[in-house]
Amino acid sequence: MIVAEQKSLEEIRRMIAPYPRVLILGCGTCMTVCNAGGESEVSFLHNSLRLAEVRSGDGIHTFTEHTVKRQCDPEFLETLSEKTIDVDVILSLGCGIGVQAIAEYLGDIPVLPGVNTSFMGMTKESGVWDERCAACGECRLEDTGGICPITRCTKGILNGPCAGSKNGKCEANKDVDCAWILIYKRLERLQQLDKMRRYYSPRNFRAIPRPRRILSKVEIATGESDG
Amino acid sequence: MANSLFEEKLNSGEFIVTTEVGPPKSVDVSEVVHHIKLLKDKVDAINITDHQSSVMRFPSIGGCLLVKELGGEPILQMTCRDRNRLALQAELLLAYSRDIKNVLCLTGDSVDVGDHKEAKPVFDLDSVQLIKMIRTLESGTDMGGNELGAAPKFCIGATVHPEADFIEPQLIKFDKKVNAGAQFLQTQGIFELASLRRFMQYASQFNIKILAGLIVLSSAGMARYMNNNVPGIIISQAIIDEMASVEKGKGLQKGIEIATRMIKTIKEENLCHGVHIMAVGNESIVPDILEAAELVSTPG
Ligand code: SF4
Ligand code: SF4
Repeated sequence: MIVAEQKSLEEIRRMIAPYPRVLILGCGTCMTVCNAGGESEVSFLHNSLRLAEVRSGDGIHTFTEHTVKRQCDPEFLETLSEKTIDVDVILSLGCGIGVQAIAEYLGDIPVLPGVNTSFMGMTKESGVWDERCAACGECRLEDTGGICPITRCTKGILNGPCAGSKNGKCEANKDVDCAWILIYKRLERLQQLDKMRRYYSPRNFRAIPRPRRILSKVEIATGESDG
Repeated sequence: MANSLFEEKLNSGEFIVTTEVGPPKSVDVSEVVHHIKLLKDKVDAINITDHQSSVMRFPSIGGCLLVKELGGEPILQMTCRDRNRLALQAELLLAYSRDIKNVLCLTGDSVDVGDHKEAKPVFDLDSVQLIKMIRTLESGTDMGGNELGAAPKFCIGATVHPEADFIEPQLIKFDKKVNAGAQFLQTQGIFELASLRRFMQYASQFNIKILAGLIVLSSAGMARYMNNNVPGIIISQAIIDEMASVEKGKGLQKGIEIATRMIKTIKEENLCHGVHIMAVGNESIVPDILEAAELVSTPG
């Protein structure tokens, strides 16, 4: 999933300052799971903004709230037109993709990002998310024991550890495991160390001409199974 | 035929001595020039570091040009941290055209340990891929498969870490560097000869010259600091205790003594093919070490 962190109240207040009527829009998928912008965060932010306005005594804002299932999918945005009739701005708590999908869908209302989209990762434990994939476009996990060197090694190098690895940790951060030590240990356990001995040529960054587009390779049956 | 004076020396079978000079964060290169003059006739080659520890400085290629101007033999240190494959290849063409033909291929320290922590880390290639890339240039094409008007020919080095606390993955990488075409290896700083002996048992099966890296410590505090903050440095407690045993102000002298002792043993026991002395900021004492270790070398 995509992991994000909510922006500071200060930054959000600065962004919404010119717009009196604000719709705080949550996202029911990734942002809900990483506690950055689901229904409960929307309502919490709503209260915090109101309280901050009362405290500062310069309140011109009115807030409404709404959460869609997924901001990145037009299928779930149909309800938006009615929610945005009396609104000057949308404060989206969706990831960067959600914000852009909304902006594309509603041409006339400004959309503001309420979160900082950080990475693709997994839930490590309750309240802890770890980055795991950088979407390089050519997955090599087969060769690395299921551990991604591009994401988990600070340098993203492909032919084994640098000399900075110490106590199994990365030279850049003593609290972070060295990806290449993890890969070595896992390949050893799987009796696949030959995969580490192989030479890996430089990455093909052309696999990611930006922006990328993926077309479905599956035939989608349309119109026939209605009912 | 040997391709550089240094390569000739590598092939001669004689004991090899290299050292390094770190360029300044300045446009005033007078101190580097002083150090190069002091060292150029006493060692077989001088490495010029490439933004060592990810701290921005005068570049390695610039230092190598100075070594050439002053009549010495330079080793261009080249990391993958700051340049993508276009920039790396271009710099190699420049180096060769100016008769700089020894290259030490490094991945490079992480940007996070340096003084520009918000910089974009490049690492388009790693050290093994860099070695391969140079061999590709030598074959007459660039990495894009395009023909070069005229091809360079380098003497290629790399590094290895015999004292890594987890050696097996480091040895796999060492194999890859040798297979990619490295001709000499300068080790990370060694503080226990036992680890060098162990490593040489393994490395001697390969046709490659190994130079033991020796860091000249100047105080126990420096040793502890390096242990905690410099990637790839593991200084044993015995050495730290030895450094701490001398009175204040005598640290560097002790460091020189330790380095000299190690060089003598390496040479006497024929442990490896040479040494690479890293005096980190105290370059001017390197001649003292060479003299004390009875290493008077003549380049070429
Ligand atoms: S190799 Fe790593 S970054 Fe690339 S797709 Fe696989 S997990 Fe993601
Ligand atoms: S210490 Fe390990 S994770 Fe960190 S940069 Fe080096 S190889 Fe990568």
